[in-house]
Amino acid sequence: MIGGLFIYNHKGEVLISRVYRDDIGRNAVDAFRVNVIHARQQVRSPVNNIARTSFFHVKRSNIWLAAVTKQNVNAAMVFEFLYKMCDVMTAYFGKISEENIKNNFVLIYELLDEILDFGYPQNSETGALKTFITQQGIKSATKEEQSQITSQVTGQIGWRREGIKYRRNELFLDVLESVNLLMSPQGQVLSAHVSGRVVMKSYLSGMPECKFGMNDKIVIDKQGKGGTTDEAGKSTGKQSIAIDDCTFHQCVRLSKFDSERSISFIPPDGEYELMRYRTTKDIILPFRVIPLVREVGRTKLEVKVVIKSNFKPSLLAQKIEVRIPTPLNTSGVQVICMKGKAKYKASENAIVWKIKRMAGMKESQISAEIELLPTNDKKKWARPPISMNFEVPFAPSGLKVRYLKVFEPKLNYSDHDVIKWVRYIGRSGIYETRC
Amino acid sequence: MTDSKYFTTTKKGEIFELKAELNSDKKEKKKEAVKKVIASMTVGKDVSALFPDVVNCMQTDNLELKKLVYLYLMNYAKSQPDMAIMAVNTFVKDCEDPNPLIRALAVRTMGCIRVDKITEYLCEPLRKCLKDEDPYVRKTAAVCVAKLHDINAQLVEDQGFLDTLKDLISDSNPMVVANAVAALSEIAESHPNSNLLDLNPQSINKLLTALNECTEWGQIFILDCLANYTPRDDRESQSICERVTPRLSHANSAVVLSAVKVLMKFMEMLPKDLDYYGTLLKKLAPPLVTLLSAEPELQYVALRNINLIVQKRPEILKHEMKVFFVKYNDPIYVKLEKLDIMIRLASQANIAQVLAELKEYATEVDVDFVRKAVRAIGRCAIKVEQSAERCVSTLLDLIQTKVNYVVQEAIVVIKDIFRKYPNKYESVIATLCENLDSLDEPEARAAMIWIVGEYAERIDNADELLESFLEGFHDESTQVQLQLLTAIVKLFLKKPTETQELVQQVLSLATQDSDNPDLRDRGYIYWRLLSTDPVAAKEVVLAEKPLISEETDLIEPTLLEELICHIGTLASVYHKPPSAFVEGSRGVQHKRLPARAGSGESSESPDVGQPGGAVPDTPPAVIPSQGDLLGDLLNLDLAPPASSAPTVTPSMQMGAMDLLGGGLDSLLGGDIAGSPAMGAGLASAPAVMPASLGAPVSSGLDDLFDLGGGVGMPTGAFVVPKTVWLPAMKAKGLEISGTFARRAGVMQMEVSLTNKAMSVMTDFAIQFNRNSFGLAPAGPLQVLTPLSPNQTTEVSLPLSNVGPVMKMEPLNNLQVAVKNNIDVFYFSCQYPISTLFVEDGKMERQVFLATWKDIPNDNETQYQIKDCHLNSDAATTRLQSSNIFTIAKRTVEGQDMLYQSIKLTNGIWVLVELRVQTGSPTYMLSVKCRAPEVAQLVYQCYEMVLKN
Repeated sequence: MIGGLFIYNHKGEVLISRVYRDDIGRNAVDAFRVNVIHARQQVRSPVNNIARTSFFHVKRSNIWLAAVTKQNVNAAMVFEFLYKMCDVMTAYFGKISEENIKNNFVLIYELLDEILDFGYPQNSETGALKTFITQQGIKSATKEEQSQITSQVTGQIGWRREGIKYRRNELFLDVLESVNLLMSPQGQVLSAHVSGRVVMKSYLSGMPECKFGMNDKIVIDKQGKGGTTDEAGKSTGKQSIAIDDCTFHQCVRLSKFDSERSISFIPPDGEYELMRYRTTKDIILPFRVIPLVREVGRTKLEVKVVIKSNFKPSLLAQKIEVRIPTPLNTSGVQVICMKGKAKYKASENAIVWKIKRMAGMKESQISAEIELLPTNDKKKWARPPISMNFEVPFAPSGLKVRYLKVFEPKLNYSDHDVIKWVRYIGRSGIYETRC
Repeated sequence: MTDSKYFTTTKKGEIFELKAELNSDKKEKKKEAVKKVIASMTVGKDVSALFPDVVNCMQTDNLELKKLVYLYLMNYAKSQPDMAIMAVNTFVKDCEDPNPLIRALAVRTMGCIRVDKITEYLCEPLRKCLKDEDPYVRKTAAVCVAKLHDINAQLVEDQGFLDTLKDLISDSNPMVVANAVAALSEIAESHPNSNLLDLNPQSINKLLTALNECTEWGQIFILDCLANYTPRDDRESQSICERVTPRLSHANSAVVLSAVKVLMKFMEMLPKDLDYYGTLLKKLAPPLVTLLSAEPELQYVALRNINLIVQKRPEILKHEMKVFFVKYNDPIYVKLEKLDIMIRLASQANIAQVLAELKEYATEVDVDFVRKAVRAIGRCAIKVEQSAERCVSTLLDLIQTKVNYVVQEAIVVIKDIFRKYPNKYESVIATLCENLDSLDEPEARAAMIWIVGEYAERIDNADELLESFLEGFHDESTQVQLQLLTAIVKLFLKKPTETQELVQQVLSLATQDSDNPDLRDRGYIYWRLLSTDPVAAKEVVLAEKPLISEETDLIEPTLLEELICHIGTLASVYHKPPSAFVEGSRGVQHKRLPARAGSGESSESPDVGQPGGAVPDTPPAVIPSQGDLLGDLLNLDLAPPASSAPTVTPSMQMGAMDLLGGGLDSLLGGDIAGSPAMGAGLASAPAVMPASLGAPVSSGLDDLFDLGGGVGMPTGAFVVPKTVWLPAMKAKGLEISGTFARRAGVMQMEVSLTNKAMSVMTDFAIQFNRNSFGLAPAGPLQVLTPLSPNQTTEVSLPLSNVGPVMKMEPLNNLQVAVKNNIDVFYFSCQYPISTLFVEDGKMERQVFLATWKDIPNDNETQYQIKDCHLNSDAATTRLQSSNIFTIAKRTVEGQDMLYQSIKLTNGIWVLVELRVQTGSPTYMLSVKCRAPEVAQLVYQCYEMVLKN
């Protein structure tokens, strides 16, 4: 299991060092600094074996988190733990920075003592942790309160405490999708997928039992076959989507999903990610990028890029940004665009074209002349792909929330009393067109 | 006020100040002081001198302060064992505290204090805590048992903690169960043979129930533990799989990977025809693909594991090629791994896409990645024959870019393509030669030199090219030197007249001026070969090369199986067994996949992973990738090609003799004189030459050749009784009967000459007509004394196979002329093909699989051998004595399948599958050979050997 956990600043100074196992010596702290942080050649793997000790690391801004072990540990678990550790720290004191870590080092030690015992990760849900790791000194909790804490930390529903009360029961569902595309210069889709997340903010009293439904093709087909309402089956059947795979927050009963494909759970309080999913079929690609690059002699490039929006005219895309890479030996750029603003950014080796808003079924174009310095560099310019960023108010996968039902039998509010908000946001993931 | 100030105190006399503060009456000041101590400890300052003062702060009801003191204790107790005792009382007291959080904290911390004296005091509180009413305390105590075991294993056993821990597996709280499982698994690892975990269907059921309820981490502990269990039968295996599959939808990647491990392992036991097996295969793909949208570090772990999974079960991800396409912003470690998997998944169906991608990658910035991409193009060419041409043209395009490392990498892979598809793409040699000067890496230089040597006859200035390399011979790396030596010898054998000087130069550089033993030895071998027998040299050096494997870098099957059992762990990331990087007893146990139920598969089987299919369809071929040196030595093992004996120009012979005079005789003189090859000369180059040469070379390379007992075979082979070949009536009183045999690796014609005439016969001589296998007498027919009337003499005539070749009908027909003082007589006889079976005909298993697959099915012929009452083992031994080697045996449903290989003197391989049904006298024989004509003869030979 994890033998020790170190946190360093960008210079390699130790900010936190906690050793869990006897086989990890103090020199391990230095070994990582010397061989990874200060390594002459940048380390090319997140897992390194130095003198028969394995180091796992992740970086958050300029902070290094490293887990150390001498055993054959579950590597996936170690990384998941490191990410979780980051989440917990962020939940307690915000951004992970040198300053914040130094300011909260006592808290971090306390957390590390709690969520990692002898190198075995323990309950690391912030909801539960915040009930008893408070940095307020010991609260003279009553015996009932104490046992409530322990039963919650170890219990089946470790992510939610009992006795939550809201005057107004409310929940927010955000369907956040990032659409990824790799397109050939000729407009052929080389690969495209949507990775989506359903993020829920719940402000519900008691221990509510929830059921979430979406236009999952498997469910809809099943209902259609069941012959419940043929018409409904037909009308919705067309809009159902094929989900390649999905994963759920630990509150979701997986065996129930496996057998009935129904998503039921008792949600954590506040914001959390209910599910992630991935689709590859029938994706609505919100934008099409058509590049045209012409090399005029050895010192000049002509670039023309057309973007076309491909969704309902009534909808508006926002924060559109097209990034057109330029060669390293660019000496000057002249840009003309019909809409938005375009600028050549020498430090980024790219022309950045920004458009605030664009409605559906429109098209816009930019053309640029790039002057090049003559070089004797034999290597040709690699022509990185043109990338694009945007935000659209719909789900490119076509996912629709059909219902989210809330039952709390012990308290006197019903599904109808809960105020529910649903919002769809589609963003660009890696949205690239080769040129 | 912020805590970061504690990190910046660097005053002198700091320790003294801290001491005062720690002993302050003010609680707040004390706490501040302890914080400072911890901060100093973190940055690596030694604050152990404050031990008593810090421990004094322990008696507090401030939980935060207490935790800080405990943290200090854990760090320094070991260095101050005597003073650590001071803390014991507080611990014991805290273990009785009404607050479960404090009880747990005490027991958790005590376990981390590795001082023997403290462990004694730990036992009683621990025993209580293991039975605590509060689950939080119990789950902490469970881990504490593991801690204690790490300090003093004997104590844990003596105190009976292991049994208590086992009881916790049935605890009502899922987290307690999970921690107990984790602790037990860890303890069990250091007791490999104990039955500590005692997994049985009941306990497995408990674990599976807890799996649904515990935290994500607990699920990982339980799944990792489940993976060590071996179900009793396929039904149990299936029911466990069914209960594990829902975990594939967990948001935690580690849960998913551990579930994949359990499924991959238990799947082994499911019958392949089961519907559920197919369902399971389909269920595995989506979660694996989803792992690729995780954070990059996790992607890396996932990709390393997918690499294993793809090798073990390629069918799972064969349609998912696209998800492994490299993204521009992927970290380099993700890119490299994706590339590896792309090649593994490349097939005829997706090769166009893959090539387009690879070409794109070859223009990227990162040197390592570009190199790997270029190499990948070469591997595609070798793997998918249909794509070879496109790959070659892509590589040529890349060479045109003149980017140095791209060119070098391309040349290295083109060499492999030449090996795989000889005489197809040589038109590109000219382009390659243009880049000769830019090659500065040994591997690329060696590859280029190999190409020049191999195609010396087509490159006009081959000698100049090689000579230019020779100038800096001693500055080259060994790889290049060896290649240069071989290339020049090849050149000499192809163009002997112009290159004599060159070859002499390189031989003396290699043997006299080098202190590298490999180089020297190879130099001597060539020198001796050239000086002894240029024909043999040609056969050896220019022999046909062995097949180049499609798949390189495959993990060896047993290691792969072990790694599959370690999916998700570091072992699967390093692709090394745990014993390679874990110290001590932990992880030394080798894990194995369970055997499939219901098939009595023997470990001899050539395709361990795939029972059921008659013919292995995907051979797990492994060839060493540093094939340059080894590959060349392998050449030596090959028999001469089937073409007619090479004609040797006198000048060449002269050259060779020159070399002999060049000082070598003094060194090898005695040896050469004693060698049987020496006297034989050109006329009868001995057939045993390659074998006897191969033997000493191979002594260190057992894995490459299997010559065990190759030379000096005992004469157990079956010999057909003599038959009359020439009746006396037709030959003026001379009756010749005879047979053929193979003794001690030499083909023999054994004849009985009987004089049925009245007069004495003398001056016997024998000659063969041209025949299918180039048989020729290796010496004169030695009938020493004149043959008197009514006298019979037995003569054995050693045969060689370097005579002129002409295809005969039937194939094994031999026309013989015998002359004596009376007349010349002609007759023809047929030799059993087993005479031609050479001793080194045992093919390597991998090669066998590859070859079997490679030979078109049209070349397969089937025969039945009836009324044979041997069992398969007896048959194996009997066949072995006739140089028919059994490479592998497999038993499927009572039927023994023997896979056998035969090599003929002219280097033709015959592969045979012999099926023996227990209790049935009929054998089924399938013969595969590139020359299908021999199949019938082989069948006859089997008939004979098995029935006599």
